[in-house]
Amino acid sequence: MTKQKPSYFMGINLRKLRKTIFGKATYRGIVAIIGTIIFWEICSRLNVPVIGMIPPPSLVFNSLSELLRDPDYWESWVVSFQRVFTGFIVAQIIGIPIGLIMGINRHFRELSFPIIEILRPIPPLAWVPTAVIFWPTPEMSITFVTFLGAFFTMVLNILGGVKNVDIRYVRAAISLGSSKTDIFWRIILPATLPSLFTGMTVGMGITWEVVVAAEMIASRSGLGFMTWQSYVAGNYPVIVIGMISIGIAGYISSSFIRLLGGRLTPWLKII
Amino acid sequence: MTQNIHEQNHAKNKTGSVCPGPTTVRGKISIRNVTKNYDPDGANVLALDNCSIEIEAGEFCVIVGPSGCGKTTLLNAIAGFHGISSGEIYLDDELLCSSKKTAVPSADRIVVFQNGSLFPWYTVLENVVYGPDVQAKMSKSQARKAAEELLEQMGLRGILHSYPSEISSGMRRRVEIARAMINNPRVLLMDEPYRAMDALTKTVMHKHLLDIYDASCKTVFFITHDLEEAIFLGSKVYVMTTRPGKIKKLINVDIPRPRDFRTLSSEHYRELKLEAIEAVHEEAKKAFEAGERELA
Repeated sequence: MTKQKPSYFMGINLRKLRKTIFGKATYRGIVAIIGTIIFWEICSRLNVPVIGMIPPPSLVFNSLSELLRDPDYWESWVVSFQRVFTGFIVAQIIGIPIGLIMGINRHFRELSFPIIEILRPIPPLAWVPTAVIFWPTPEMSITFVTFLGAFFTMVLNILGGVKNVDIRYVRAAISLGSSKTDIFWRIILPATLPSLFTGMTVGMGITWEVVVAAEMIASRSGLGFMTWQSYVAGNYPVIVIGMISIGIAGYISSSFIRLLGGRLTPWLKII
Repeated sequence: MTQNIHEQNHAKNKTGSVCPGPTTVRGKISIRNVTKNYDPDGANVLALDNCSIEIEAGEFCVIVGPSGCGKTTLLNAIAGFHGISSGEIYLDDELLCSSKKTAVPSADRIVVFQNGSLFPWYTVLENVVYGPDVQAKMSKSQARKAAEELLEQMGLRGILHSYPSEISSGMRRRVEIARAMINNPRVLLMDEPYRAMDALTKTVMHKHLLDIYDASCKTVFFITHDLEEAIFLGSKVYVMTTRPGKIKKLINVDIPRPRDFRTLSSEHYRELKLEAIEAVHEEAKKAFEAGERELA
C-alpha cells in the first residue's frame, strides 16, 4: 500500500484540488451549461412561448463583449460586493457575540428574544424607507438593509447551535476539570461552529437578494441597479447579463464561505 | 497508611478477586442510604430508594439492573452532575455529597459515557491532552509526551492525529479511557460504555479494559444491563430493582484475576451467572409487567 505524498501549496492539497478541478463533476457541469445555452438559443429562434421572449445567447454575448470593456460594468460589481461584504461582516461582528451570549445566558436570552422575534419577520426590504430616513447617506441605508438580511439569520443559527450542544460534551469537560471559560472556548464555541457556518451560508444568500432589491429601489449604482436600469431603457440583453452576473457573484461569495467553513471545521470534512 | 494496607489485605482474603497490580489506597467509595426524588411537573418520582453500596479502594464494582432503575442517577450523583435527596456518599471517608451538598465535579472522578463523549473537534491526541491542559497540572509539552506514551501503551499510536469521526467506535472508547486515565483519577465512572457494540468488539473491549484495570488497580464503578459483562469484569456485582431503584442482591465474584475468555467457560462463572440471572429476571419481568399496566 503505497501512498503518494500530498503536495501542498499555501495549505491547499494540490492533488485534491487538481482532482476537483479536472474531475467528472466539472465536465458534467460544463456540458450542462453548454447544453442549456444551446437549448435557450434554439428556443429563441423558434419563438417558443415564454423562453422565446428572453433575448437569445448570441445577442447576449454580443452585448457582453461590449460590457466587459466598459468600466461602469466592473464598477457595478465592485459596488455591490462592497455593500454585501460590509453589511455581512458587520452582521458577523454584532450577530455572533449576541447569538453566543443569548445561548449561554438565560437572562439575556429572555430579555432579547421577544424583540428579535418581533423584528425578524419584517422583510429587510420593508426597512428601506426607514433606513433612507434615518441614515445620512443612501449608501449607509443600503448597507444597513443588507446587514439586517444576515443579522437575524446569524443570531438564530448560533442560538440554535448553542442550545443543541450535547450535554455529554459539557459534562465530560466538567468531569475533566474545566473552568467555565474553558467550557465556553473549548466546548461551546467549537460545537457551535457548524451552525455558525450554516448561518453564514444562508445569510450570504439573503444578503445578495436584499442588496439587489435595495439597489433597484434606492440606489443609482450596483448590479441590481444596472439590471433595473436596462429594463427601463429597454436594453434586454443587459438584463440577462445583470441577472447572470448576480448569480455568479452570489456563487463566488458562497464558495468563499464554504472554503472558510471547511478550513475552520476540519473535523466535518465539508470539502 | 499501614492500616489501609492492612484493610486491603483483608479485602483480598475476603473476595479473592482483587486486582493483581499495585495496591491501591485511594478511591474507596461509601454510598449510604441514598435516596433520590425527581419532581418533574409535580409528579413525584422516586428514582433511588435507600441504596447502600461499599466499594473498597481499587475494587471493580459493577451495578446491573433493568433500564430506568436509577443506575445512572447514582453515577451522576457521584460525578457531581446532580444532587441526592437524602443519605450520604463518601469518597475516602470524606463527605462527597448529601441532601445539602451536591458533589463538585472533579478530575478525580472521571466519567466514561454511554455513547462516547470524545470532543469531535479535537484530534485523538488533543482529546487526551485536554484534562492536563485545562487543569494546568503539567506543561503543554509534558502533557503531550504523557499522552503519546499512554496512547502507545494502549496500542493507539497510529491514530494520534485522527479525528474521532475517522476511527472505529471501539477505538473511540479506548481513547476515552485513555483521556480519563491520564488524569490519574481516584475513581473511573463508566456508564454502560460498551452498550450497542457487537459481541465480538465487546469481547475485545473487555479484555482491553481488564488489562488496564489489572495494571492500574483503579477503583471502577461500572454500570451495565449486560449480566455476562457484569460478572466477567466485576469483583462485586450489585443487582438493582426496577424503579424505585433498590439494591436487591450483592454477588461477590471470586473468580481470580487476571481473567480471560477461558473464564467465560468455567463452571464457577456459569454458577454466578445463573445466580445473577435469577435475580435480574424477576426484576425484568416486574419492569415488563409494570410497563404493561401503564399502557392498559
